Amino acid sequence: MIAATYAIPDLLVFIAAAAMVLVGAVGVISFRNPVHSAISLILTLLGVAVAFVEQEAHFLAAVQVIVYAGAIVVLFLFVIMFLGIDEREDVSVEPLIGQRPLAYASVLVTVGGILAMLSRGGWVTGAQTVTGPTEVMNGTTPDNVMAVGQSVFTTYLFAFEATAALLIIAVVGAVLLARRERVTEEGVEVA
Amino acid sequence: MTIPASWFLTLAAVLFGVGAFGLLTRRSALIMFMCIELMLNAVNLTFVTFSRSLHDVAGQASVFFVMVVAAAEVTVGLAIVVAVFRRRRSAGVDDLSELKG
Amino acid sequence: MKTVATLIPLLPLLGFLSILLLPARSGSDRPGWIATSAVGGSFVATVITFIWLLGQDSREYTVSLFDWLTSGPLHVQAALLVDPLSITMCLFVTGISTLIHLYSIGYMHGEKDFRKFFLYLNLFVFSMLVLVLGSSMLVTFVGWEGVGVCSYWLVSYYFTKDAAASAGKKAFIYNRVGDVGLLAAMFLIFNHFGSLDYLAVLSQASSVPMSSIAVLLIVLALLLAASGKSAQIPLFNWLPDAMEGPTPVSALIHAATMVTAGVYLLVRMSPILDLSSSGRATIAVIGAATAFVAATVATSQKDIKKVLAFSTVSQIGYMVMAVGSGAYVAAIFLMVAHAFFKALLFLGSGSVIHALDGEQDLRRMGGLQKFLPITFPTFLIGWLAIAGIPPFAGFWAKGDVLSKVYEYSKPLWLLGLLTAVLTAYYMSRLFVLTFRGTERFREVTHGHDPHESPWVMTVPLVILSVLSALGGLLNLPWVHGTSLAGFLAPLLGEHESSVSHGTEFLLSSADAVAAIVGLILAFNVWRSTSPWPRYESKFFESVWRWDDAYDATIGRPAQRLAHFGSDVVEPRVLDGAVHGVAGTVLRSAEGVRKLQTGYVRHYGLAVVIGTAFTILFLIARSW
Repeated sequence: MIAATYAIPDLLVFIAAAAMVLVGAVGVISFRNPVHSAISLILTLLGVAVAFVEQEAHFLAAVQVIVYAGAIVVLFLFVIMFLGIDEREDVSVEPLIGQRPLAYASVLVTVGGILAMLSRGGWVTGAQTVTGPTEVMNGTTPDNVMAVGQSVFTTYLFAFEATAALLIIAVVGAVLLARRERVTEEGVEVA
Repeated sequence: MTIPASWFLTLAAVLFGVGAFGLLTRRSALIMFMCIELMLNAVNLTFVTFSRSLHDVAGQASVFFVMVVAAAEVTVGLAIVVAVFRRRRSAGVDDLSELKG
Repeated sequence: MKTVATLIPLLPLLGFLSILLLPARSGSDRPGWIATSAVGGSFVATVITFIWLLGQDSREYTVSLFDWLTSGPLHVQAALLVDPLSITMCLFVTGISTLIHLYSIGYMHGEKDFRKFFLYLNLFVFSMLVLVLGSSMLVTFVGWEGVGVCSYWLVSYYFTKDAAASAGKKAFIYNRVGDVGLLAAMFLIFNHFGSLDYLAVLSQASSVPMSSIAVLLIVLALLLAASGKSAQIPLFNWLPDAMEGPTPVSALIHAATMVTAGVYLLVRMSPILDLSSSGRATIAVIGAATAFVAATVATSQKDIKKVLAFSTVSQIGYMVMAVGSGAYVAAIFLMVAHAFFKALLFLGSGSVIHALDGEQDLRRMGGLQKFLPITFPTFLIGWLAIAGIPPFAGFWAKGDVLSKVYEYSKPLWLLGLLTAVLTAYYMSRLFVLTFRGTERFREVTHGHDPHESPWVMTVPLVILSVLSALGGLLNLPWVHGTSLAGFLAPLLGEHESSVSHGTEFLLSSADAVAAIVGLILAFNVWRSTSPWPRYESKFFESVWRWDDAYDATIGRPAQRLAHFGSDVVEPRVLDGAVHGVAGTVLRSAEGVRKLQTGYVRHYGLAVVIGTAFTILFLIARSW
């Protein structure tokens, strides 16, 4: 049935990607140790990268691995390690009353509702190729990277420059926020 | 036949849900940030799916920018967590409730 | 002629305005002279109009001043109706007002608020003239209200005195109750006739079909209005209290003019009154009852002005009884004659009070005969006139009324006759206690002799005494055509008397006998006044405890209601509502405040819950 309608390799890749994503996600929210959560996060991110590849968004898959898994998670781990914030959190106890049941209920309703709406609305609707094609011919081969590059550097150039400025601001802000104060304080471990 | 878009969208939705649940349930600021990353990834997956279905590169450009912003956000956010942790020796968000009415 | 007729009410108004706008110089008598000349000019204008009217064929003449109101089907002109009735009223109103204005210059001399007095007095005369000359009920109503408010101002002239301020309020409030009657009558009349104009309404009075209930209601409403203004049962209690005002006020307003406004209204509306026999019967009974009750009360009063006040109520009762019996001309005749001698009596008493430096208690008067050479004889004439001794004015006027009442209802006539005896009795008592007998006033005047009043006060007394003596000539019973009855005939109709001349003569004799009986009775009781006769009915003196009854049934419950309002309703309901709103806002804010817990996770949960609801809403909408 499914095997007859869908190509086997695609199916298997999808299943693998889905498994990685979901297992990683559940791991992030379940582990008590933040380091373990970070590792699960890497698993999820890689799963998403695989999904990107299957969707023929090759550029983004690469960027996903480099930026997300390679930089952001590393940043997380740095902070965990340097500051020693690896205390184990007691996940079984919930000090705020009603938080967990309400969280379950609202999230289920949200996700269920989204899926219901999408399914009724025909999943994907919209005009085709409004901004530009997903693959541009580079010689004779269809090239996704070129398409994305063309789009970012021409149509969305302003946004690109703005994000560059954003990154500089973020870096400056981070440095300022995390600076140690001149006065020597007690009880802070020197990193 | 390629995998239909609906499957990817479902996957993205579920990932989003898991991320939201974790955000509401965990008390450690770092874990909450990671959950936010999960949600952003779900959104990215959705964008890419739509981009492929509609053969429009705009979705992928959006993901590009989402990633940039996510990186900036994590940077600043973790800097804040560091600053808070230096003062209080604890990263639990439940302790930061001084703005209660 | 239009100009002259317009001057009648206009001159007092101009007098009022000029006194108001001219700079006030304290101690100057100028406002008094301005006021007197204004009213005097009005009298002259009235006489001219009267003479002119005599020469006209049609005795109705409307002077239209301007279009006043137009509202749907209601068209009201501000217009004056010059006809025999209104001119008769104007004549004695302006005439007596002039005399009283002159008198007041002397009486109020040296008072602090001299100017204010004449201001109000002129405004009062203006209002009264508007009332009488109005061509429609609405114009009359303007004057009606005007005299009410001027009466209030003048009664509470000495407003720093508690009793005077209360008396002013009492007068105004009782008047107001009567005004409800006038308003109700106006509404009903407009409803049935479509107009408030006298000529329009009264000419079709008998031709428009109306249910007897409707007519009765109109008549009763008019009676209520007249009771309020003319101090009849059940609204008479304000008049004795109104004696707190200065004596000229009592003379003008509460003897000669304002209190006759009710009778004027009833006589003016006589075509409508004629349509309801039960209505007229009610009027006659009320009049007779009031006359009797007031006369009994007057027999026991200790204050000279209060005796005269109750006497006024009683005499107006006679007039109302006459109206109820259909004897409209007789009512007007008595009104005119009463204006003469009652004003005279009041001004005379004012002269006595002035001579005794403000003493009004009869127990501290006596033997003033030789000290007041002008006041004494004029007062004597007034006394004889009101007692009904022939040939003075009162005998003819009261006789006219009583003989018409005899034709209408024998029991009422008997009551009227009995009241005449009482009238003679209490007036003679007053006379004896004031002027004859032993001198009891030496304490008040600190041993000095009382002095006679200045000429501004005695000249009006003399003029009024002449009028009281000769007033009977206005309407002698055997004269037709050139009498008052003849003058008013085009308006009020001829009245053929149904009794023979012999019976009339007997009736007149009965009146004279009644008067003499009352006189002799009084002299016997009061001749030796050194020991005050111990029996004086407390019941009569307390006005048959009428005021107490009103106090118990209306006054105190109203006060309790007011206290209830202020002690219960206001703090609990009104303040409670306001505070309640504030409190609710506070409490709900306190409740809502608890949402701000300070926990980020709660805020996140709120976001997700909101998202869930939004999605549910979208699903529900598109389903």
